Amino acid sequence: MSNKVIYAIYNDDDILMDAVKKTRAAHHHIEEVFTPFPVHGLDKAMGLAPTRLAICSFIYGLCGLSFGTWMMNYIMIQDWPQDIGGKPSFSYIENMPAFVPIMFEETVFFAAHLMVITFYMRSRLWPFKEAENPDVRTTDDHFLMEVAVNNNEKELVSFFESTGAVEVKVIEKH
Amino acid sequence: MYTFSSKLKTFSLILMALGILGIGYGFISAPKNIQEVEAILASDSHNNHNEATVPAEEHHAVSETSHAETGEHKAEVNSEHEEHLNHVLHQLQNKPWSALYVACIFFMLISLGVLAFYAIQQVALAGWSPVLFRVMQGITAYLPVGSVIFFIVLILCGLHFNHIFVWLGEGVTKVGDPNYDAIIANKSGYLNFPFWILRAAIFLGGWNLYRYYSRKNCLAQDESIDDSFYKKNFNISAGFLVFFIVTESIMSWDWIMSIDPHWFSTLFGWYVFASFLVSGITTICLVTLYLKSKGVLEHVNTSHIHDLAKFMFGFSVFWTYLWFSQFMLIWYADIPEEVTYFVTRIQVYNLPFFGAVVMNFVFPILILVNTDFKRISWILVMAGTVILLGHYIDFFNMIMPGTVGDQWFIGVSEIASILFFLGLFIYVVFTALSKAPLLPKRNPYIEESKHFQY
Repeated sequence: MSNKVIYAIYNDDDILMDAVKKTRAAHHHIEEVFTPFPVHGLDKAMGLAPTRLAICSFIYGLCGLSFGTWMMNYIMIQDWPQDIGGKPSFSYIENMPAFVPIMFEETVFFAAHLMVITFYMRSRLWPFKEAENPDVRTTDDHFLMEVAVNNNEKELVSFFESTGAVEVKVIEKH
Repeated sequence: MYTFSSKLKTFSLILMALGILGIGYGFISAPKNIQEVEAILASDSHNNHNEATVPAEEHHAVSETSHAETGEHKAEVNSEHEEHLNHVLHQLQNKPWSALYVACIFFMLISLGVLAFYAIQQVALAGWSPVLFRVMQGITAYLPVGSVIFFIVLILCGLHFNHIFVWLGEGVTKVGDPNYDAIIANKSGYLNFPFWILRAAIFLGGWNLYRYYSRKNCLAQDESIDDSFYKKNFNISAGFLVFFIVTESIMSWDWIMSIDPHWFSTLFGWYVFASFLVSGITTICLVTLYLKSKGVLEHVNTSHIHDLAKFMFGFSVFWTYLWFSQFMLIWYADIPEEVTYFVTRIQVYNLPFFGAVVMNFVFPILILVNTDFKRISWILVMAGTVILLGHYIDFFNMIMPGTVGDQWFIGVSEIASILFFLGLFIYVVFTALSKAPLLPKRNPYIEESKHFQY
């Protein structure tokens, strides 16, 4: 079975947005859209599910807070409760104000870094990763919509030409 | 145009009436002399009549062990007991006054916080908020009314109707007087009644002038053919913000920090500012939600509400940051002359002191961190109510320990004062809201604001 896709290329984000809406209305499945910069509202027009990255980040922050609390409690209160300049090391709560800067920074550190790493993993980004550009111009000034072809090549080509595409290509994908 | 509903008007009038009755009751039931104080202390200790005099007797016992009992010692013990009663008498007499003072300054500063936020929106050329300008102007309409009442209270303090400000007491700066206090005397170049009341007049006057002209220009802009009034408002807003930040800082020393004249803190002005700014933004949000539910704010959408909620969230965290910075620096260094401030609060005001942090930080951060929640009215009303109550407690914590000490209680006087000023606030604000259209007509950013989407 051949894996043919259509590359519809646009040179304006407004035209792209209209084309995406028309394509969705015509019930053609959009595989992917490549743009040189974030197009405001594109995810909504494509009907993509909202990201859950913020929820991850919140949970990572809680982990960081717990880690900071545990670490300071173990080191300063449990393991070796020295009298350092008269600070009360009898219980965690008594010396807590001194630990708050650490607890805060751990929270932010965990929330930020683990969220970024999650983002890289989920979007499959890493050094030496092979770039997946279907057309180099999409990193500069062109917008590209990829749509799968299911034995309706002619119909699709004429459809995309009518949406204002500057170029419509049919490509065999492997 | 919004019309002040008769139901809300009646409600505010009932609040004011209840408040006045409660305030009056608070003043009438305050003890007049030390005999009454003795009776109150005795009844407080429930059938155990001796408990009230225990400190004096303990002292008596101590002196007995080291010295032979003499008439001189007995007299000393008695005068000490009397001194204690006098101290408690002042605290109990201060109670209704302080309750009035806290509620009065709290509501006045809320409208000042809204005014500062409004000026910032003007100067920042914010594109989202012009549809809310008339709501903000309505809320700041309380400022002139609140300022007048507050100024009268300050004058009454200066005329020795109460003992809220220790440094206003008689003989405090006179060498040789039994009330002489060297520390206060050293500060009397700044803390003296004429200079203090003059500063108050200048600050209140300046803020009210800005409010008056800003609203006047905004209304004139509606009928104008060019943007000259808008530009005028931009300029006076920028000027006001400079004036505001200086006067706000001094205001916090004068009206709040000088209640504990032996204590000082450098970031106190910012701390007070954060407290009333977040209360002000919360009030804007609550009034907007109310007006929206009445269907008179056609162009306000959930994105505007969302933005207000973000500010509520952000400034709640900002308040906590300053609260903690002030507390932690003093706790860490533990310098005796500074740390007594927090010792009193932790020992005597434990629940309100830490409760304020829970209400003003933990609760809002957990509720308002969620994007979807920031668009849901009932969640915002709930969070806003907790934030406002929390910041009332914050002001309570700043003022009460210096005036009533361990005699504090949130009872009739305190609640009645809140009710009175809340009623007055609602009455004045909604009257002002009904006086002008709720949508500015010719603001250059009004179209952007109407279509604001986040």
